[in-house]
This record gives sequence, structure tokens and C-alpha cells, in this order.
Amino acid sequence: MTDSANWDWDSGAKQIPITPWRERFRWVEEPNASPDGERVGAVVNLDEGEFAICINGETGDQVFDKAWHLRFTPSGKWYALVSEMAEWTVVVDGQTWAQNFGYVWNPLTCVSGDHLAVAVQQEMQYGMALDGVLWETTYANATYFALSADGQVTAAAVQVAACDSAEVHKFQEGTFSAAIAGNAWENRFVNVWQPVLSADGSRLAAEVRLNLYDYTIAVDGSPWPQTFTSVWEPSFHPSSGAVVAPVRIKGKWGMAQDGDLIWQPDFVQVWRQVFRPDGGKLAAVVAPKYGRWTLAVDGRAWGTLFRDMVTDVVWSPNGDRLAALGKNGASWHIIVDDKIWQRPFAMAWTPVFSPAGDHVAAKVEIDGHYSIAVDGRLWSGRCEAAWNPVFSPAGDKLLVKTIEEGIYHRRVLPLTEFAD
Amino acid sequence: MAKAPAKTEPSQALDQGLAVGVARLTPEKIESTIRTVLKSETGARLSTYVETCIHCGLCAEACHYYLSHDNDPHYAPVGKVKQTLWEMIKQKGRVTPEFIEKAAIIAHTECNLCKRCAQYCPFGIDIAYLMLVVRRIIHKLGCTPLYIQDTAHSHSVTMNQMWVKGDEWPDTLQWQEEEAQAEFEDLRIPLDVEGAEIMYSVIAPEPKFQAQLIYQAAAIFHAAGVSWTMPSELGWDNSDMAMFTGDNEIMGRIKRAHYDAAIRLKVKRIVMGECGHAFRSVYDVGNRWLGWEMPPIPIVHAIDFYYELLKEGRIKITKKYPTPITLHDPCNVVRGGGLHEKARYVAHTLCESVVEMTPNREHNYCCAAGGGAINCGPPYKQTRISGNRIKAEQLFAAKTRGAQVLIAPCHNCHSGLHDIVHHYGVGLDIKFFGDLIYELMEKPA
Ligand code: SF4
Ligand code: SF4
Repeated sequence: MTDSANWDWDSGAKQIPITPWRERFRWVEEPNASPDGERVGAVVNLDEGEFAICINGETGDQVFDKAWHLRFTPSGKWYALVSEMAEWTVVVDGQTWAQNFGYVWNPLTCVSGDHLAVAVQQEMQYGMALDGVLWETTYANATYFALSADGQVTAAAVQVAACDSAEVHKFQEGTFSAAIAGNAWENRFVNVWQPVLSADGSRLAAEVRLNLYDYTIAVDGSPWPQTFTSVWEPSFHPSSGAVVAPVRIKGKWGMAQDGDLIWQPDFVQVWRQVFRPDGGKLAAVVAPKYGRWTLAVDGRAWGTLFRDMVTDVVWSPNGDRLAALGKNGASWHIIVDDKIWQRPFAMAWTPVFSPAGDHVAAKVEIDGHYSIAVDGRLWSGRCEAAWNPVFSPAGDKLLVKTIEEGIYHRRVLPLTEFAD
Repeated sequence: MAKAPAKTEPSQALDQGLAVGVARLTPEKIESTIRTVLKSETGARLSTYVETCIHCGLCAEACHYYLSHDNDPHYAPVGKVKQTLWEMIKQKGRVTPEFIEKAAIIAHTECNLCKRCAQYCPFGIDIAYLMLVVRRIIHKLGCTPLYIQDTAHSHSVTMNQMWVKGDEWPDTLQWQEEEAQAEFEDLRIPLDVEGAEIMYSVIAPEPKFQAQLIYQAAAIFHAAGVSWTMPSELGWDNSDMAMFTGDNEIMGRIKRAHYDAAIRLKVKRIVMGECGHAFRSVYDVGNRWLGWEMPPIPIVHAIDFYYELLKEGRIKITKKYPTPITLHDPCNVVRGGGLHEKARYVAHTLCESVVEMTPNREHNYCCAAGGGAINCGPPYKQTRISGNRIKAEQLFAAKTRGAQVLIAPCHNCHSGLHDIVHHYGVGLDIKFFGDLIYELMEKPA
């Protein structure tokens, strides 16, 4: 976890003007703020085919032929995907990885932010690089990239047998597998999707299709004995190591654990399951009937139904509360413990719980501006950009990062600011 | 009354996908598969259609294959059902491998699922649905034609139609962005911009073969000042041949990837390029299979979006296109999406002269490429062409009345009409709306 205890929770406000960047550079791409809010950066264009990373107004002396995807890791390091002389690599806080590749994309960071992985194409072979080191074995194709929560292990679905397009029957014999740290399982499948690593990276589960019709979950290379007409991405139980996944039986969806049903297949849809942090409960987005969406906990659906979707499911750190986003037409709603906040939004971002779980905050959009809402109350700020808010370790303050009238603001606001 | 089907067409060219699949069939497998699909995957809709049809043959006149084959009842919509599904039902699944081969060819290459016939049937019987049931059975039997099966495999692996690999997609966008910056200094193809108003999605042939279409779209968005983005990862492709092979599970999977990309990017709407079948899949079929009554994020077809940009004056036209055009109404966005008047608004705003082809709007003839037919590949090209002589006549009539350019705002139509125009020597230049807008619009300095 990011340790926010060392962040500056005292100063009320800090500002960094962004508008002058637009005068200095040919163009400035979408700015991004660091988790602690101390830094704001953007990819900037200096001249034809000359890009730099501008952090708090400084570009350093690194110039790239192309740079994109500037983001910050949870620990606050900036990184971007960069190219020079038609080769690609990653730059992390100004340090460019030693090795260059044919192409890099799909960057992944671990929970601490200390490790970074990317998908790699090298001489038309595919794999992943972790902290600059490419897998020893690369493959004819790779899709669905994963990094363990501790940042030690990478995984992807990989093509292990040659198969030209139009060799349909060869493809149906199975040309795909999953690779963990570059080493493919022995078993082959028609398809492998959404490999998921256990938190410590020691185990790998993925959705597999055994032939054109039978789907199941494979764990460490072995498929469950039970098959289904479809499955969605699996999750590891945080402590027991059990694997759960939504499964489809006779046109309806349920939930299976290690192959056996734990939620009856009574739903029109089940996906996006999330274990409570202690693993004691399982929540998932469900459609109890056609065109109606809600959350279910341990297979029991909430009463509040949305017409379009439910997404961004989050448990409070202590597991007492559960929040998500729901959508009806153009209105996005924040729903906490089966209760909807009164005010709808034009858009809402993943809800954020305070450390004790007693408050919920979210970045929202309303009337063409971004703002922050806490426990259903809207902050008065009307911003051109905003980032997810962060609660102070004591839960009494909120770090709010925004851009207003061309100026980046870092504010520490007491929760009392959000009173009606 | 409809006459009995007069003839059966032998398979025209060797299709390895079909041949190998048929060789593996056993009578037991055929019987159990047909029974299972009919029993557990079809419901009241199928039995109502079967019970309601009075074999009157009124649907025959609707079908371009029937009209193009001198009213041969083999090609009448009801004739296609008779030769496939009804026989399967009547025989309780006890049909031969040869029958399955013939059924696969009829359902995949002699019907475009265009739904024109549903408008002519007094009971609104939807033959396209019945042909999809046949295709589902064919899929379950492993007898789908090779080329479209390969496309379904591509969808399953890459979530796109043309085996475009993970690096090729963002690389192509960056290359197009760089090319376009020679024309518009600060033009962007903004990747992964969370909170943009629009996610723009395309079909995989665009990055693979027609990257200039992405360039043009970027130029149009740039000129109109649109807040837009494209995902750099999976979900950028809105196409869906799995919908047409009856592989509903893969259809659902690729539609989820597409919507998940839009959900991840927090966009308000998805604007899609000029493609018809993709619209059907995202707007009507794939979303519903997943449990969404309506698209969870509104889908706007390019015709609708161009209409909006022109109507609101966000795109200004420097001059009208002087060459007379005629407009093809793609089945999936016109019969399926009601966009015909908006298409006409766009055409009349852009062009000095619009020559209507007849029939038009929701009565237009299909291009014969749709419904996955063109994706069944070279072995069936001639089936499409000979099956759409009526289209050539329709186009020729529009040409006689002055049209020189044919606007086809759909990828499949575009390619299918190209074959028709070429084969029958119609002599029309074929364009997308995007081609014209890019050519005619006021371009920012
Ligand atoms: S091609 Fe169109 S008109 Fe002909 S049978 Fe199929 S859906 Fe009906
Ligand atoms: S489908 Fe309709 S129009 Fe065609 S034969 Fe049957 S009842 Fe008549």
C-alpha cells in the first residue's frame, strides 16, 4: 500500500500554473498528478518529432522522438513509454531502462509502485519486460498481461504453437497457453484469457476454452474438471488460495469456486467479483433480470436496480461497507451499502473509502465541471480536471488535486468543508 | 403459394473448413446437436414462426438472391428455410452430413440476414433469425465456412477481426497521428484519455489496410473540436463476425471488451466508424446477449455523428461536392437503426446533387456482402455477385439518371458493392461519407 502518512497533510494549498506550459511548448498533452499531489506532469511537444516530459514545469534534458502514457506509480514515480530511433522503452523518473524493444505498451504497476512491467514486441516475438528485463522466452503472440500485487511476477496468455491464419483446425487443437514469468504451462488450450496471479505471484489462474464450446478455469495449468458454456475472469481468495469465477450454465450465470457452484446460476449476468479484504465475503455485479443491474454479496442481490450498469466495486478497508457506481441513462450514481446518494452525476469515478470506512469520497462530473463529492455532498470547486481524492490516515482530511483556470491545485481540505 | 425449391446448388469451391467439419460428422452427432439447439436455445419465437408461416411466398420478391436468379424458388426466403431448418425440425434432427453442408452454404452464403423479407411477410416472420438458428447449429457441428471461422478465431484471441496484435494497434495510431501532423500541426489521436466525451471505435480492417480512414476521422474530429479518445488496449474494435457464425459466447466476449474499454475510459458516448454489421452487434445483438437491454454507453453511428456535426455547424463545408452521387442505405443502420433520413441530410449538405436509387431507404436492396457473406471468402465471391444482379440493375438505373459516385456508409457494403460494380461494369466510384467530409470541410490552419 502507498504510505500516505509521510505526505504533507498540513499545508492548505499549493499551486502550479499549467497555462505557461502551453506557451512554452507546441502542445501539452493531458496532465497527470502524482498520488501525493506534489507533482503534476504532461507529455509536451517541443518541435516536430521532439517530445519531453514536463514535471512541475521542468523538462530536464531528455528529448524523445515520441513519448506517451505519462502516469505516476502508486509510490509517486512518473513513467512514460518513449521512443528513440524507432525503438521503444520505458522511462521511470528520468531513468530510461537500459534495454530497448521493438514496441512496448500496456504498462502495469504493482501495489507499492516499486515495480513496473510492460508488454513487449521484440523482433516480432511477444512477451513482457519487468523493470527493464525481458522474458527469456518470447512467443509468436501474447495477450492479456498481468503483474502480481507484489510486483515480482508477470503473466500473459501466449501462443505456444505456430498456426497460420486460416489453419482453423490446427487452431482448434490448441495453440495457446499461459506463461508465468515467461514460462508457459505445458497444457495447451484453444483460448486463454485474463490470467490472474495470486497476490504473491506464486499461482496463476486463467479463463480457458478447451474446444469451440467448453469453457472453464485453469489453475497453474490444470483445468477444472467441470466445464461451462462460458466463464469470466477468475479471482484468488486472499488467504485460502481458492479460485472463484463467474460461470454460465444453461444460459444463466452463477459463481463457481474451484469448479463447484457457490452461487446458483440464477442471474442474467455475473461479473467483476471482488473479495472482501479478509476474504470473508464475495461481492459481484449481477443482473438479477434482463436489463437490471445491481450488486450481490455471497449470491444475494441488493434491492437497488440500475438500468445500464453497475461498476467500480470497492470494499472499505475494514470490509464493513461496500460501494459501487450505478448508471441510469445519462445519470451516474454512487451507491453505498445498497443506498444511493441523492445527487446524480454526469460521470463518477471509483468511490474511495476513508481508512475507517466511515466516509466515502469520489471524483465526479457535474454541469461540465469536475468536482469532489463526499458522503453525497458536493464540494464547491468547479474544475477543468480533477484526480481521485485521498483520505488522510486519520480520515479527517481529504487531499484534493485539481486544475482550475489553468492552475494545478493541491489542497488539503478538512472534511468539514464538505458539510452542506 | 410458393413453389417447391427447384434446385440445389452444389458447393461451388472447396471450402476446407466446411469439408473437414462435414467429414467428421456422424448421424448421432447431427441429431443430438440439432435437438439440443432446438430444445434449449430456441423458444416461443421459433415455434411461432414455424407455426405461423403459411408458405405464401410473399417474402420471395423481397430477396435479392431470388430476384437475381430469375425468381428461382431455391433462393426465396421461405425456400431457404424449407431447405434447412424446417427439414431439420421435420426429421427431428435426422439429416445427413451432405444436408448439413448444403445448409451451411445456404445459411452462410445465400442469405445476408438483411431482414428485407421480414417487411414483406404479412406476419413479419424474420427469416434472418431463422438463418441464424441454422448457423448456430452449423457452429455447434463445427461446419462453419473456413474464412469466417478464422475471423471468429481472430476475434477470440485478439478481440479484433484481423489478428491485429497488441503493438500494431497503438503503433498504427501513432503513425497516423504523425502523418496527420504534417497537415494539421497539433492534431492528436488521443490515446486512453479518461473522461473524454467520446470513444471512437473502428473495425480492424481500418488499422490493417485502410489506415487513411483513421487519419480522416482524426482530421474531422480535430476540425470539429471534438473531445475524443481511443483505447490503446483491447476493446478498440467494434466488429463481430462471431455474431454471424453463431458463436454467441465469443460475440458476448468481444462486445464486453468493447464496452469495458469505454467504461474504463469514462466516456459519455461511443462513436463508431462507417460500419453496419458492427452497429448491429453493439447496438442490438451483442449487448442483449450480455444482459443489456440498451447499450450501457450510448452508441452513435458515424452517419448520426456526421449529421450532428453538420447540423450544429461544428464542421463547415467549403463547397458542395459537384459530382452527382447516389446513396446506398446499409441494411443494418437503416432497417436496423433508422438512420436513412439523417444519411440524406448528410448527403444533401455535402453534395450538389443526390440521385435516389430505387427502391431506397428501408426498402433498399442489400449489397449481398453483409451478414458475414463476404467474410466467407473467395470460395463464395461468385455467389454474392450472381446473387445480386438486381443491385447492379438498381445502381445502373441511378447512373443512367446521372449518378457518378456511390456513397456506401458501411465497410461491408463498400467491399461488396465494389465487386458488383466491377463485375457488372456499372462504373461508379465508391466513397464513404468520411471521404467527402474530409475533402470538403474547412480545415483548421
Ligand atoms: S438475404 Fe435478406 S431478403 Fe434474402 S432471405 Fe436473407 S434476410 Fe431475407
Ligand atoms: S415467411 Fe411470411 S411471406 Fe414468407 S412464406 Fe412464410 S408467411 Fe409467407
